[in-house]
Amino acid sequence: MTSWILRRLGQAVFVMLAMSVIVFIGVFQIGNPADIMLSQDADQMERARVIAQFGLDQPLWKQYLLFLQAALSGDLGNSFIYNSPALGVILDKLPATLELTLTAMLLAVLIGVPAGLYAGLFPDRLLSRTMMAGSILGFSLPSFWVGLMLIMLMSVQFGLLPSNGRGETAELFGIQWSFLTLDGIKHMLLPALNLAFFKCAIVMRLTRAGVREVVPMDYIKFARAKGLAPSRIVGVHVLRNILIPVVTVLGIEFGSALAFAVVTESIFSWPGMGKLLIDSINVLDRPIIVAYLLLIVVVFTFINLAVDLAYGLLDPRVRVGTAS
Amino acid sequence: MKTMISSSPAPAKSAVSETPRDLPALRIWREYRRSKLALIGLVIILGLVAVALLAPWLSPQNPYDLAQLDFRDGRMHPGSAASSGNLTYLLGTDDQGRDMFSGIMYGLRTSLGIGFASALIAGVIGTLLGMAAAYFGGRTDSIVMRIVDLHLSFPAILVALMILAALGKGIGNVMLAIIIVEWAYYARTVRGSALVERRKEYIEAAEGLGLSSMRILMRHMLPNCLPPLIVVFTLQVARAISLEATLSFLGLGVPITEPSLGLLISNGFQYLFSGEYWITFYPGIALMLTIVSINLVGDQLRDALNPRLQR
Repeated sequence: MTSWILRRLGQAVFVMLAMSVIVFIGVFQIGNPADIMLSQDADQMERARVIAQFGLDQPLWKQYLLFLQAALSGDLGNSFIYNSPALGVILDKLPATLELTLTAMLLAVLIGVPAGLYAGLFPDRLLSRTMMAGSILGFSLPSFWVGLMLIMLMSVQFGLLPSNGRGETAELFGIQWSFLTLDGIKHMLLPALNLAFFKCAIVMRLTRAGVREVVPMDYIKFARAKGLAPSRIVGVHVLRNILIPVVTVLGIEFGSALAFAVVTESIFSWPGMGKLLIDSINVLDRPIIVAYLLLIVVVFTFINLAVDLAYGLLDPRVRVGTAS
Repeated sequence: MKTMISSSPAPAKSAVSETPRDLPALRIWREYRRSKLALIGLVIILGLVAVALLAPWLSPQNPYDLAQLDFRDGRMHPGSAASSGNLTYLLGTDDQGRDMFSGIMYGLRTSLGIGFASALIAGVIGTLLGMAAAYFGGRTDSIVMRIVDLHLSFPAILVALMILAALGKGIGNVMLAIIIVEWAYYARTVRGSALVERRKEYIEAAEGLGLSSMRILMRHMLPNCLPPLIVVFTLQVARAISLEATLSFLGLGVPITEPSLGLLISNGFQYLFSGEYWITFYPGIALMLTIVSINLVGDQLRDALNPRLQR
């Protein structure tokens, strides 16, 4: 077990290094790196200073090591727009993205699991079939399109919910959160629904498949024969056995929700990391872009690692498979 | 195709009415038309492709010829008449007086063109790598599949954003991003079916004849890996169109001179709040129809091409 975890950790470190090489080459080597690190109005002295600081006159591998060294100490350059360390600017936006993503995951579970249970228990009912057909739309339609329709219906047509910004925030642990105020929750509902739409479809289909698999099993028949109430059978015996794959997928989907927050945040003007990235790409604030990409790679690698480790703990076959 | 013909015993009833060795294409078509929804999807997508191809001849105006635009006609309701009098704006106009109906036709051209071309190029690259991985095995296999696994563990949108952040916008870069995002899906699919084919006797026979690896891969293995490949290709075209639309909506995709559906939607987005819904809504409907109908076709093809499901 320990050697398996160590090997998996080694792989994660390798992936992060590989991705840092790709980002390094992609953003710093294609095009003139001095232009990337400097704002347009930098003078000759500033230019010489940056070339010396980043060792742009050094061989490529040495440049990469310098870049890595700076990155590891959290120095990813200063934002041209905000005029402060890029990593700090991004981390300031992290709470907004985090609460949006977590709310979306919560909605996905709250909608997806009951819907999947219903569709699995009563597969022939009209509602089940409609939901299954609808989930195909959830998979195939681009998420910005769904967001657009939400805004059109809920905000413009019926004027039910706001579609712009975070609304009122309240402070907790020195950070501003939207979920603590009613206005903030109202503002969060539409973007969170948008982000949750795709996850809902996955969770629902997964739950349905699980229910269909578990219900014919002997222990469910036995539970029925014992005379347990249907609610107890479904709530305890069925649900517990289908939750493992659902939880695993939620772990993976949390990462992708962070990535898709880029789209949702842009549509709903939600001031999180994703919107910051798009704004930074549009104004060529490259230190922010680099910092975001490296940060998200690290986050992703950790999520993948955590999911793998959790899977290994839950399912011994995974460990045996890699050991042999 | 060979396996499909030999592995499915002809049902007794149809053996009388049908020629015993009919074409795989006919067989697949018979299987395909079982689903009404998929037929509707096929009709819609063929119609959209025709519109995209014939846009310059079908559209009421050339929306990118500034001489044909009338700035007085900006943001007009669907169905209003042009101030020049010889044109009705069926789906309204955008802020520059551009006929949305024509704009959507041209947008379809860009969207379908980019989607189809990038899915095809990604398909060629992924297929070659996937087949090579399965056929040569060993180190080739593990290197290719490691990259594929790594690739698929990052969401498509993120990989595409990385590429466009590094290279900047433009049609070429968007296509490159889509190709880099999509090749791995093909590689994985093809490797799976190629591994099955590799163990079959006809490959052994071809090797015994001393044919070159290239010839075995291209002439013997590839045709037998085609059915799953076609399904993946269809679905990847829809994904490519969707990804391109997303990137263009974010302002990182196609240039303003050659707008796709995604860029049209993005351009109209700000007018949504003042009630001028048509500038963004109708391109959105066109995009939805495109993506949903391609998915319907792909899903049904998956069943039609699967020899195990044949009745």
